[in-house]
Amino acid sequence: MAQGNNSIKKILIVAFALCIVCSVIVSTAAVALRPTQQLNQELDRKTNILNVARLYEPGMDVEEEFQAQITPRVVELETGEYTDEFDPETFDGFEAARDPATGRTLSGDRDIAGLSRVENYATVYLVGDEENPDQIVLPIRGQGLWGRMMGFLSIEGDGNTIISITYYDHSETPGLGAEVNNPRWQAQWEGKEIYAEEGDLSPAIHLTKGGASNENEVDALSGATLTSNGVTNMLQFWLSEEGFAPYLATFRSGTEPEDAENTETDFEDGEGA
Amino acid sequence: MADVNAKSVLIAPIFQNNPIALQILGICSALAVTTSMSVSLVMALAVIFVTALSSFFVSLIRNHIPSAIRIIVQMTIIASLVIVVDQILKAYAYEMSKQLSVFVGLIITNCIVMGRAEGFAMSNTPGMSFLDGIGNGLGYGFVLLVVGFFRELLGAGSVFGFTILPTVQNGGWYVPNGLLLLPPSAFFIIGLLIWVLRSVNPEQVEVTEFKMKENSKPQEAV
Repeated sequence: MAQGNNSIKKILIVAFALCIVCSVIVSTAAVALRPTQQLNQELDRKTNILNVARLYEPGMDVEEEFQAQITPRVVELETGEYTDEFDPETFDGFEAARDPATGRTLSGDRDIAGLSRVENYATVYLVGDEENPDQIVLPIRGQGLWGRMMGFLSIEGDGNTIISITYYDHSETPGLGAEVNNPRWQAQWEGKEIYAEEGDLSPAIHLTKGGASNENEVDALSGATLTSNGVTNMLQFWLSEEGFAPYLATFRSGTEPEDAENTETDFEDGEGA
Repeated sequence: MADVNAKSVLIAPIFQNNPIALQILGICSALAVTTSMSVSLVMALAVIFVTALSSFFVSLIRNHIPSAIRIIVQMTIIASLVIVVDQILKAYAYEMSKQLSVFVGLIITNCIVMGRAEGFAMSNTPGMSFLDGIGNGLGYGFVLLVVGFFRELLGAGSVFGFTILPTVQNGGWYVPNGLLLLPPSAFFIIGLLIWVLRSVNPEQVEVTEFKMKENSKPQEAV
């Protein structure tokens, strides 16, 4: 190595040139590959929706089946009515939560799922007839042990009976919390009921240790108490009046959607039922 | 580096001078990504790509790298290549990149890549450095695949996802060994592999640095 390499001028030139070259390579790769990556993410999301609705079979054409069987609709959470204000194909709940026009900040005691901000609209995915769907797939998210967990919950057309749950993005401990995606654990959810009584708007569904004893309980993940708490909390939140309860009420027989202003919900009451 | 010829540079790192088994480098990622064969294979390919190209580029500009900032220059090149690999995996092997998650990014800290850039590429021609990178990547990949083979076979009863030993959970007879799916089991397998390699090539055994004193005999102690 020549001695001249260590002059300050040479060091600066080499460092600067290297930075330019490397940043051009990295940004070219990132920009050029982004469309393919987004396509992959979209495909992954659709695969998960089909999966949670028990429609997925390995090797199927996900895009085609999704178009044929599933209708996405945007719901206004407060009223539980469909809205055509947003395009369900492009509406992103996570983005909407951050926008002051479409999201709101949750105060401490109401923010049980650790979201801090939540959207006022959400995309739901209907399987079968739009007016009288066979299944409703709801997006859920909340804080787990290590970070945010994003998933889907599929419910039967009665707006109360759970079919399955899945998480497509989480960072829980492999072998413990990450067992949320174990098919054997997911199978326990089938037939569970969200609300204990007809007319209830606060969900009763929760995870419990030591085995489920009724329709509103699901056996918690062993060795993953904080992940299990996270799952319970996000279900308690998204299925309450803050979330999808007014919307689901339109499917449940004998339930009138309550006044939307009445958002005081006591979660402890619902859990014991 | 006295005997630098293409064949030895490419082949030697696989058995004679294996980066994991002899130099004990890159153990950390070998523990993390070897739970299944397919993940090990993708990881091995990614490391081969990064090691080969980083050695090549470092060697290409080796006469212009100021020694004061050479480590940072090497790191920048390696990091850029790793980001490119990560982006490519996300675009063309999305499922795999989800499984590998942070470990692709952690190739940056893989001692093998850095070790070859600093130890070989800084003092050899680009062509040789490229082959040396491939060779060391192959050596790393060889260990990864061996470890992955035993962990997947004994821990999950399959190889590359195909069931070889039907497990009890799926109605078969094989009771899988859960330990093999956890990182510590890779230590055992790598240890056994080093033992095998050193039995075959006794010259790999290091010269003993000190000799243990024999235990004193009972009558001497009295």
